[in-house]
Amino acid sequence: MPRIGEDLTSYLREGMMPTVWCPGCGHGNIFRAIAESFRQLNLDPSRIAVLGGIGCSGRTPFYFNTNAMHTTHGRVLAFATGLKLANPRLTVIVAMGDGDALAIGAGHFVHAARRNIDVTAILYNNSIYGMTGGQEAPSTPLAFRSTTSPFGNIEPAFDTVELAMAAGATYVARTTTFDFDDMPRYISEAILHPGFSVVEILSQCPTYFGRLNQLGDAPELLKYERSQTFLAENTPLLTKAEMVGKRPLGVFRNEIRPEYTKEYAKLCQAHGGTYHA
Amino acid sequence: MKLVQGNEAAVMGALAGGLDFYAGYPITPATEIMEQLSRILPSRGGVFIQMEDELAALGAVIGAAWGGMRAMTATSGPGFSLMQEHIGYAAMTQTPCVVIDSQRIGPSTGQPTMPAQGDVMQARWGSHGDRAALVLTASSVKDVFDMTRQAFIWAQDYRLPVIVLLDAVLSHMRENVELPPVPGPMTRQNAQIPENQPPFGSHPFQPFSDSTRTIVSGLSHDEDGMTQGSIGHQAEQIIRNQMADLDRDYSQIVQYRRYQLDDAKWAIVAYGITARAARAAVHLLRESGIRVGLLELMTLWPFPEKTVQEMAHVVHGLLIPELNLGQIVLPLKAAVCGLTPVFFMGRADGELFQPEEIAERIVRLDQKDVGVSTLIGRD
Repeated sequence: MPRIGEDLTSYLREGMMPTVWCPGCGHGNIFRAIAESFRQLNLDPSRIAVLGGIGCSGRTPFYFNTNAMHTTHGRVLAFATGLKLANPRLTVIVAMGDGDALAIGAGHFVHAARRNIDVTAILYNNSIYGMTGGQEAPSTPLAFRSTTSPFGNIEPAFDTVELAMAAGATYVARTTTFDFDDMPRYISEAILHPGFSVVEILSQCPTYFGRLNQLGDAPELLKYERSQTFLAENTPLLTKAEMVGKRPLGVFRNEIRPEYTKEYAKLCQAHGGTYHA
Repeated sequence: MKLVQGNEAAVMGALAGGLDFYAGYPITPATEIMEQLSRILPSRGGVFIQMEDELAALGAVIGAAWGGMRAMTATSGPGFSLMQEHIGYAAMTQTPCVVIDSQRIGPSTGQPTMPAQGDVMQARWGSHGDRAALVLTASSVKDVFDMTRQAFIWAQDYRLPVIVLLDAVLSHMRENVELPPVPGPMTRQNAQIPENQPPFGSHPFQPFSDSTRTIVSGLSHDEDGMTQGSIGHQAEQIIRNQMADLDRDYSQIVQYRRYQLDDAKWAIVAYGITARAARAAVHLLRESGIRVGLLELMTLWPFPEKTVQEMAHVVHGLLIPELNLGQIVLPLKAAVCGLTPVFFMGRADGELFQPEEIAERIVRLDQKDVGVSTLIGRD
């Protein structure tokens, strides 16, 4: 397990730093976890493509010294699908926000999962729209405030894990920025997994979510994250009261099903074509 | 000679242009393009994928272009409207790709099986912001083949999303044509990139490879793809240079057909399916002794300003029939610059112009003009 201070610089595009993320934002932790996974797996930066959508999480591709695309809001998985099909040897990593994956791009999210294309989607879920200044997201919990739900949110939130599993993703995990060691562990598993993998990481937004809901600064928000979640593997040890309204963390699915580029290669082969998957 | 459908010719033209990636979403009247490619591409080792909507279709096309494939999508009005965001993204990121839009009556769902020319302005200005644009059209099945093939060449040369405008009739009609045999799948070699060649600006398109570390973004960026600092001016300059490239190559890019224009008193300016009726109208009018000619536009954008202007000097007036309520007439008037009157006739009811309608309009103009000329002593 690489610890702080170990060299990740071969993966980083240092000329683009500092990052746009606010002090205390959890996205930097996720970014670092991704870089750690690259190092753990000893991936060749020339064989990685990092793609992002629009929003705070969408800036991730700028900071990796790989081929990278900062695409359009919500549509990043469509670009990733085209890129992966055109060059299946690439390890395609997608950074998306909760707005990207669950609102404007929900349609693309479920279809990428349904196809089971070998792309790793890392969903930075901070429960709010950060880049535009703190508006309600489809991940904002009930009764929470945002600049567009000043009287409290009355819309139920999506559960990313349930959505991804229902849509057919074959690796689905959830953790938080508090769980510093689990982030790279799950991301590495997801990258190695031959199929569509989703790692949802609950991230803190002190600037908007924390402030508008009077939850305090980044350390307070990390504690809050911890208080709102439990490890799925501990379920038998917990009482109902200890779990109600909280989100389980862990790996919820890890299974092998036919992967899209491999299936496409078979289709080509059956009809006389050669496609290199 | 073979009986070929317009959409089929688009498929063959695309393959001749090097197509090896297609992503699309079904829509009338463009669907045959996608259906045929779903059979053809796997057998060539190319990629065919049906996406979940048109935004995803063009998104996948752009992703595939950066993955090193020659990529295309095809759609019609409602889908073309959805694609505007990614047409802008392709322009901003200088991504070569081809979009075929088989026009049908709009707005909205309109009449899916009826022809129109209502997307000619959207093809130029539909996406927000300014950009260089290359928009081609066709009036015959053979044209569809030629223009689609050409679109692939120019998409690479100018690093633009090139748009080919067809319509419901052209897509579905069949004509006897002689087309070259479809070439085998292309083997792409990684072109040698000169060291330190910037990924954007006036440099050849270089898809992702082991030796690139390109960051592609729809944010304003400089030639290196960097988005930090005051890059507004540099981003503007990239777009200005792209526009200048098209200006520089005007005589190769701007394609048109001059038909009986040399001695013409009246000129009809038409494009796409309407040019066929206009050509027939020229025949009718010539038979009755009216000196009329046709300028058929094949490149709509960049708009053939110089060509139009030269003609405006020598005719008594121009008539432009279009299957819309007044679109290409606007740049036409701007190009004519008051040198000669410009008359418009349009319809957006899903019907084509009859040659007689166009001829009748010219006859009326001619009678009026003769009357006026007699009074003021003009030729």
